[in-house]
Amino acid sequence: MVSSVDEIRRIAGEIPDPELPALTIQDLGILREVRVDAAGAVVVDITPTYSGCPALEVIRDDVERCIREQGYPDVTVRVVLSPAWTTDWMTDAGRRKLLDYGIAPPRERGADLQLLHLSVACPTCGSAHTGEVAHFGSTQCQAVRACSDCRETFPHFKEH
Amino acid sequence: MTVVVADAAAVYTLRLADDSLVLSHRLAQWSSLAPTLEDDIALTNIALDLLGQARGMYARTAELDGTGRSEDDYAFLRDEREFVNCLLVEQENGDFAMTIVRQLLCSTFQLAQWQALTQSTDEQVAAIAAKAVKESTYHRDHATDWTMRLGDGTDESHQRMEMALATLFPYVTELFEVDDVTRDVVARGVAPDPAILGLEWEAYIDKVLGAATLQRPEGTWTPTGGRRGLHTEPFGYMVAEMQHLHRSHPGVIW
Repeated sequence: MVSSVDEIRRIAGEIPDPELPALTIQDLGILREVRVDAAGAVVVDITPTYSGCPALEVIRDDVERCIREQGYPDVTVRVVLSPAWTTDWMTDAGRRKLLDYGIAPPRERGADLQLLHLSVACPTCGSAHTGEVAHFGSTQCQAVRACSDCRETFPHFKEH
Repeated sequence: MTVVVADAAAVYTLRLADDSLVLSHRLAQWSSLAPTLEDDIALTNIALDLLGQARGMYARTAELDGTGRSEDDYAFLRDEREFVNCLLVEQENGDFAMTIVRQLLCSTFQLAQWQALTQSTDEQVAAIAAKAVKESTYHRDHATDWTMRLGDGTDESHQRMEMALATLFPYVTELFEVDDVTRDVVARGVAPDPAILGLEWEAYIDKVLGAATLQRPEGTWTPTGGRRGLHTEPFGYMVAEMQHLHRSHPGVIW
């Protein structure tokens, strides 16, 4: 059944995030495990980014619907909390898409899990001269920063 | 109504859930009213995190108390006396200084508590806590930044922070209260020892207040009762507002 696992993973992985439709739930690391048993029953694990994220219920319904439409009637979508989601699970493709979308991606952590002390680059002009304006932005996962060179404000996907 | 005799862990998780829900509702009351757009967004973002924490804890409570109640049943269909949140979270928003002091006192408590609960013997509680730690870290940072700015700000902002501290500090004692429920859950490794949380809490609060040129008020009054369902006057009004839609339109979904 390896092929159906791969197929379901691909289908579910292409579902866009409701709040950041430029990215898929695969890009964000929200899609975790996909399992198919011998009888064809599908179990998909997803994990919330933040405890109260309102997008999670939409994602759960989208995953269930998409997989059913592909001919798997028995679908269970489980919400798993542990291990807790981290921006380290965001894919490289996801980081590039965020930048193209005008959102500074989360910084990567070094091997010791400490944040590398790099500035957050402005997604408009690339300058490293940016500072945080507000810790909370348009969604739970974003902060607001401003660039002192091009003077644009921009969202930053917070390291979490 | 049916009296549910639940085990101590269920009472404990209900306390955690009610603390987060009530504080969430208070912060949501700032929506469109905060002094700056950024803080309107910050306070409602924090409210959303807290609501998510509450939902997880209500779901766990329903498993532990065996009633299978939904999150909505706990939030919207219990009366004031059935809520077991601490008194601090239910205090009115007041001015911005009052809200910031309440946030500082609450988020420092919640962060220390969630950090300890990541080691809980209850795996579901530990999983919720592991997510909540990251969120409460932001909440405490937000309250800390504003405490410094207002405490070490103008005469007016300093004075308002002093008044807020004097008003809210008495409610802190209840956070670290020990009763039969906490003794049971601490003994089973479900929850941390309140005395240890209290020491961590004091160390952080003293550091922040010092940096903000503020002082811990001397207090003799130590109100309590929230954990037994005995609440302060503003709470009934808040519950009425929070539950109105659900009770007026039973079973409504949106």
